[in-house]
Amino acid sequence: MTPQNSIYLDYAATTPVDPRVLSAMLPYFQKTFGNPSSVHTYGQQAEAALENAREKVAQTLGCRPKEIIFTSCGSESDNLALRGLALAARQQRNANHILISPVEHHAVSHTAQQLAEYFGFELEYLPVDRHGMIQPQVVAEHLKPSTALVSVIYANNEIGTISPIAEIGAVCNARQVPFHTDAVQAAAYLPLDVNALHVDAMSIGAHKFYGPKGIGVLYMRQGTPLLPVQTGGGQERGRRAGTHNIPYIVGLAEALALSQAESPARTAQLVPLRNRLLGQVLEEIPDVLLTGHPEQRLPNHASFVFKGLDGNALLMALDMEGFACSSGSACKTGSPEPSEVLTALGLSRSWALGSLRITLGHANQPSDIEALLKVLPPLVEKLRKLG
Amino acid sequence: MDPKKVVVAMSGGVDSSVVAALLVEQGYDVTGMMLRLWSEPGSEAENRCCAPDAMALARRVAAKLSIPFYVIDARQAFREIVVQSFINGYTHNTTPNPCLTCNRHLRWDFLLQRALASGADHLATGHYARLQATPNGVQLLRAVDQHKDQSYVLHALNQAQLQHTSFPLGTYTKPEVRTLARKFNLPVAERPDSQDLCFLGASDYHAFLVRHAPAAANPGPILDQHGAQLGTHQGLAFYTIGQRKGLRIAAPHPLYVLQKDASRNALIIGPAEELGQAELVAVNPHWISGQAPEGPFRAQVKIRYKARLESGLVTPQPSGSFHIRFDSPLRDITPGQAAVLYDGETCLGGGTISSTPIPNPPE
Repeated sequence: MTPQNSIYLDYAATTPVDPRVLSAMLPYFQKTFGNPSSVHTYGQQAEAALENAREKVAQTLGCRPKEIIFTSCGSESDNLALRGLALAARQQRNANHILISPVEHHAVSHTAQQLAEYFGFELEYLPVDRHGMIQPQVVAEHLKPSTALVSVIYANNEIGTISPIAEIGAVCNARQVPFHTDAVQAAAYLPLDVNALHVDAMSIGAHKFYGPKGIGVLYMRQGTPLLPVQTGGGQERGRRAGTHNIPYIVGLAEALALSQAESPARTAQLVPLRNRLLGQVLEEIPDVLLTGHPEQRLPNHASFVFKGLDGNALLMALDMEGFACSSGSACKTGSPEPSEVLTALGLSRSWALGSLRITLGHANQPSDIEALLKVLPPLVEKLRKLG
Repeated sequence: MDPKKVVVAMSGGVDSSVVAALLVEQGYDVTGMMLRLWSEPGSEAENRCCAPDAMALARRVAAKLSIPFYVIDARQAFREIVVQSFINGYTHNTTPNPCLTCNRHLRWDFLLQRALASGADHLATGHYARLQATPNGVQLLRAVDQHKDQSYVLHALNQAQLQHTSFPLGTYTKPEVRTLARKFNLPVAERPDSQDLCFLGASDYHAFLVRHAPAAANPGPILDQHGAQLGTHQGLAFYTIGQRKGLRIAAPHPLYVLQKDASRNALIIGPAEELGQAELVAVNPHWISGQAPEGPFRAQVKIRYKARLESGLVTPQPSGSFHIRFDSPLRDITPGQAAVLYDGETCLGGGTISSTPIPNPPE
């Protein structure tokens, strides 16, 4: 099976680069290749590209250009937000308490755990409901005067649930606690206006919305104390050192603008397919549960758990049949341990190990779903017999 | 007609990589699979069979050959079955061979099942051994390369498993395989052969046992054959029959471990002349044909993976176990290891060498 005749159903893992994005990037590899920090004309041209891109991103997020920090990926943005906000908050107001949800991406949860384990922060997890949603009221109940930051994922990668970020943000704003959201999965489909969302910090990564891998943004609201994590030259107003990756920054800006403009149409294309998939899997296959919220979920996202099934074996079997899917996060070697996100929903091990995530994208057609629905039920039955 | 589908058990080593390349060349529809096995926490990096870098190597080989490659997590099964029986064996004063357990329960159960479930016709591995289909079933033959022959660790496979197995390297020598690896331009051509137990990494089994079966560190007397105490041992599990080094006893002539007497927790040692034993009893026998042979019969026997073939008379017992009287005494008959029987090139099967002393050898 070559990738060419297989159907890609894993757009939450990554997306192909949009040809329009690629052509926007190409001039900045060889023609306009300067270092934007240089004084000469080469540098000036590169700096112009950089600042145009920053302006473009700022317009999409409804913020000031100087509130945009270019990073190498969504994970770096999460790292900078968590570490930078926590350390600055401790230095400036002796705040020592970190509040995150139990369904965060590892880029957030592992950073918070390191801050707790090695830097003495007190880490607390917010309760979630069975859909993996975080309620604003719950956040309000857990805020303390010593809270350094709150971080809640906008839309979860594994289960697709969208949390009420704007309401959570309002709660945090009222208590003047910095609020960060990981919007890496949300960025391809959901509104990103930082003021409407009441966020102080927000992470995105280009490759989830048809941009290139290796480039991300951290939005950081003006005036929010942030300790830089990567030090060196004074790039990004001293908040993130390192020579700017101009072609990728240009690519991210282009991809984000296109994606935000086209997401309503893509949503209209994909929701019927996704709903068809959800409905038929839940109807036709015994002992299956939808994971995540039935309505408040990413429009391209379907996720299930099958009782008594090895999710990794299912992925392998699906790939052999020509369907590229995921168990929840893009992990290649597979783990015999159930996902922390799924156990946070209260699922037992025998359910949580049998997870399947199908995430649709621009190239998917109704026939793709038809083909998958022909193959999936008998495969599940066969693999359940294998134990 | 579609080409036959075959799964290759890949390890990132030279042998299994060449198997995959040969089968691709022969026109099979090849899929690579690799079992991710358990390593002691902290020593994953050193696990030769399935460390992340072995995985990366196998993945590169698969990419080079344009075949799909999947890693199947078998850590839990490996820990529960293979490592546990290794620990149990040692704590019962035997010297188990975990590769046998792994082949039987992981490669030819766990992996073969998944290969067949994926629609493959058979599982191919890089073992040096040959298979021959006969009207009476599949026979397991020794490899052409006698130095590399691995039929010993395959002797516990049954007909159902062997019917869905192939050993493409059985007719090659190791130098030929290395030449093939270079010809196919595989990134693994110069990798050294694996030697140690995969899950121990750099640590020795002594330290491993202390960590995982602390009760094994149960000191007791070291006795000579007449019962005189010569020293103190650290726990019977840490000694092997025939072992000379590490006894920490000063004596005018070399002393060897002769016996582990569990009832007295005593290690019996003596001079080399006392070491030989001309007979053994093997229990839990497995016959490749599926049929226990009628006895007595003469056969060649291997009592360890790397041991020489020795001739002897095999007498099946009514209990199903079998007794072997060797033509001349052997110095390192070790309870827990397998005694594997051959009729010329053909591996008949084998059994586990019993730790129970043989009181009255049958004539």
